[in-house]
Amino acid sequence: MTVFVIRRFLQSIAVLCVTAVIVFIGIYAIGDPAEMLISPDASPAERAQVVASLGLDKPLWEQFFTFAWNALHGDLGRSFVFNRPSIALIFERLPATLELTLTGLVFALVLGIPLGLLSGLKPNSATDEVIMTGSILGFSLPSFWQGMMLIMIFSVWLGWLPSTGRGQMGEFLGIHSSLFTLDGLTHLILPAINLSLFKLSLVIRLTRTGVRETMPLDFVKFARAKGISERRIVFVHVFKNILIPLITVIGLELGSMLAFAVVTETIFAWPGIGKLLIDSIMRLDRPVVVAYLLVIVSLFIFINFVVDVLYSLVDPRVRLGGAQ
Amino acid sequence: MNARALFAEDMLLGRLVFGISRSPKAVVAAVVCIILLFAAVIGPYLTPQNPFDLAVLDILDSKLPPGSQSMDGMNYWLGTDGQGRDMFSAMIYGLRTSLGVGVFSGIVALLVGTVLGLIAAYFGGRIDTLIMRVVDLMLGFPTILVALMLLALLGQGLWKVIFALILVQWATFARAVRSAALVEKNKDYVEAAVTLGIGTPRILIGHILPNCLPPLIVIGMLQVANAISAEATLSFLGIGLPITEPSLGLLIANGYQLLMSGEYWISVYPGVLLLVLVFSINIVGDRLREVLNPRLGER
Repeated sequence: MTVFVIRRFLQSIAVLCVTAVIVFIGIYAIGDPAEMLISPDASPAERAQVVASLGLDKPLWEQFFTFAWNALHGDLGRSFVFNRPSIALIFERLPATLELTLTGLVFALVLGIPLGLLSGLKPNSATDEVIMTGSILGFSLPSFWQGMMLIMIFSVWLGWLPSTGRGQMGEFLGIHSSLFTLDGLTHLILPAINLSLFKLSLVIRLTRTGVRETMPLDFVKFARAKGISERRIVFVHVFKNILIPLITVIGLELGSMLAFAVVTETIFAWPGIGKLLIDSIMRLDRPVVVAYLLVIVSLFIFINFVVDVLYSLVDPRVRLGGAQ
Repeated sequence: MNARALFAEDMLLGRLVFGISRSPKAVVAAVVCIILLFAAVIGPYLTPQNPFDLAVLDILDSKLPPGSQSMDGMNYWLGTDGQGRDMFSAMIYGLRTSLGVGVFSGIVALLVGTVLGLIAAYFGGRIDTLIMRVVDLMLGFPTILVALMLLALLGQGLWKVIFALILVQWATFARAVRSAALVEKNKDYVEAAVTLGIGTPRILIGHILPNCLPPLIVIGMLQVANAISAEATLSFLGIGLPITEPSLGLLIANGYQLLMSGEYWISVYPGVLLLVLVFSINIVGDRLREVLNPRLGER
């Protein structure tokens, strides 16, 4: 187990390094780094000072080590617009994004697993057909358009729910979140639905496939022969087997939801890191863009790492397979 | 091409058509796909005006609701946008861009992925490990994140978007081709071809590749739908296509601000078209997956 975790950890570090190199090359080799990292309205003297402090007059490999060293110390440059360290800006907004993503994930699971079970237990029935077509619709709906329709219907026409912002935040156990006030919750509903719809389709399909693959297996027949109730077979025995692929995919999809939050946050003006990224791209605030990319990739790699470790705990075959 | 290969292709084509014809839902979706593709190809002959010819646009006609008439008696069945552009014409042009970008990037990604996948499977060893490591790395990141990263660094532009879409898609094809080719390469007919002294490129392309086609067709369909959706999303965020090349995503983004003030048609109609396009491609792709997947079979 320890060997597996260490091996997996080293792999994560390697991926992180590769990404850092790619981002570095992206900034330094494609464009003029001075142009990208120095505010356009800086005076020539300031410019020269920044060029010297960033070491832009040094060879490329040396620059990379300076970049990596600074990054390791949490220094990814200062935002031109806010004139604050870009990494601080990111961490300030990260909780809003996490709150949105996790709520969306819970939505997807709470609705997706029962629908998938319903569909998988009665394959090719009318219910199955409706749910499966619905799930294709779910991942065909472009996320941004679907969000706009939600706003149009529930905010503009019906006026039930607010369309922008995070609303009032409550405090519970020292955590500030929209989850703890009624106003905050009403603000959270639409963005969370928007973010979860795509994943909901995925959870439905995964659960359905899992059920269809597990039901014909011998242990299910055996359980039936033993006279165990159908409900217990589905919810205890079959369910455990569906859980394994679900855990992996959910873990991986959590990262993709963090990325997709960019779209949701832009539509609903949710003050998270995704909106910060788009605003920064528009304002040419490149240090923030770089900081976002590195933070989101690190986060993503971290999630992958945790999922793999969890996965190996649930299914020992993974661990043994990896050790060979 | 020899007769046997043609026959095999016929069988594949026959299986596809037969599979689709057995599901009414898929038939409808396939017809919609063909109509949309046709509309995109003959687009300029179909639209009442060229939406990018500034001479025919009249600012007095801006934001007209669907069904209204212009000064010179033209009917705007789907209304006009903020610049007095006929929405129907703008949407057909947008469809051309969206489909063009999606299909083109899909085909290039398919070619790149297929070549790399075949090479990885046939030669194995170090080459295989190297290619598959890169594939794993690419597939480890969500499509939208890689595209965002690239475009955030490169800036917007038609070819940059196409490049980003190819980059995020090729790995899926490479993995599919590799796993199909790994199965094929150990079959007797490949050994027979090697014994006959047929060259490696010909074995790969003429003998192994045709047998790897079924999964490629399915993934190709689904990837084109994905690519169209991803491009629309990127354009909506303002980091995809430039304003001079409006795809459906950009049209929707243009109407977004007007949505709140009740001018719904500018955003909703292109959105419906985009949805119909992606939805029908996905339904056909999903059906093909069921038909061609031997594990699920015809149930």
